[in-house]
Amino acid sequence: MYAFTYHQPNDVAAAVALLDEDAKLLAGGQTLLPTMKQRLASPASIVDLGKIGELSGISREGETIVIGAMTRHADVAANAAVHQAIPALAALAGGIGDPHVRNRGTIGGSLANNDPAADYPAAVLALGATIVTNKRELAAEAFFHGLFETALGEGEIIVKVRFPIPQKAAYQKFRNPASRFALVGVFVTQTKGGARVAVTGAGASGVFRVNALEAALGASFAAAALKDATVPAEGLNTDMHADAAYRAHLIVVLARRAVAAAG
Amino acid sequence: MSFSISLTVNGAARKVAFDDPRVTLLDLLRERLDLTGAKKGCDRGQCGACTILIDGRRINSCLALALSHDGADLLTIEGLARGDALHPVQAAFIAHDSFQCGFCTPGQIMSAVGLIQEGQAGHDPERVREGMSGNLCRCGAYVDIADAVLDAQKRLTKLDRKQVA
Repeated sequence: MYAFTYHQPNDVAAAVALLDEDAKLLAGGQTLLPTMKQRLASPASIVDLGKIGELSGISREGETIVIGAMTRHADVAANAAVHQAIPALAALAGGIGDPHVRNRGTIGGSLANNDPAADYPAAVLALGATIVTNKRELAAEAFFHGLFETALGEGEIIVKVRFPIPQKAAYQKFRNPASRFALVGVFVTQTKGGARVAVTGAGASGVFRVNALEAALGASFAAAALKDATVPAEGLNTDMHADAAYRAHLIVVLARRAVAAAG
Repeated sequence: MSFSISLTVNGAARKVAFDDPRVTLLDLLRERLDLTGAKKGCDRGQCGACTILIDGRRINSCLALALSHDGADLLTIEGLARGDALHPVQAAFIAHDSFQCGFCTPGQIMSAVGLIQEGQAGHDPERVREGMSGNLCRCGAYVDIADAVLDAQKRLTKLDRKQVA
């Protein structure tokens, strides 16, 4: 790890004031710190968000669940309001990485990092969540910009995420047995506005929606509606774990399982 | 530049000074406090050999900057036994022969203590294995580790878990 200067501001405004192009925000540190140890990142300064109380916490506000950016995965997984309103989101959080990672990793850190095999982006996109920063509110579709890229600009910090409560939702993941990252993960939702299907782990440009599956589920939200569905392999990842054709197959299989699990 | 943080380590208040913000809790324990039970295996959060409990929750201490944790309450493998009386999880690891080389064992035991405190694994071996998935054992003692965790959990459910840990 290369040397850096360390800052631990007490509020968002102070954190923003410390940001420049050579600074990195430290949330749970479960990606940034190993990346720095491998010298793949070498920020000149670290702005630790750990002492900013306003960034943590979970609440239900009407028909939405609001989760602060610094809320740990373990806390989302164990939260009664999340369990009651969006159990699929609690289950997703409880399946990220391993317990050690879940005790430190945060939803804001995961979304800002936008790892193409991370779990949270699928939930945010399928649930049509809103990402609230210190500057603006971003719809899920506008937030994710390809591999490890987001709409976040200079001096912009995720403050919280608002998840509308769906009628039904479920997440199914075919996980890498070692890392628990998604080889393919599929999050399905049914809302008044129709069905949504978001896929992580498979796309060469990160998380994406599958319009054909959404249309089929919009007509009938049942696993049988996807009986003969297929997804093209073009634009999907091929790596040592799975090729694009296999990932395309998994998307449909997992979508069916998710719809069945959503009940 | 010099830094100083206050910690509670295995019940004792400690004030620790260091001169580099890169110091992790693992480095601090091993090199500043002579607590070498937590091991540096991969140093990137994959192996779990550095597992400690911080404010009751298990973490990889290699992925925690010391500066982030001023005021924290740490429990390491050195803080489990009461004199010569082993913690029930330690005793169960010996009874079930749950290690070979022993390098991962302090992390395994701390992770098991955390898992039992969380109280969510129940008596289902598969859930215990999943709950211990953050800790690798290159010797492959997983079967005996799961047995020890289940056994210790049974004994601990008769006691106040938090008090014991």
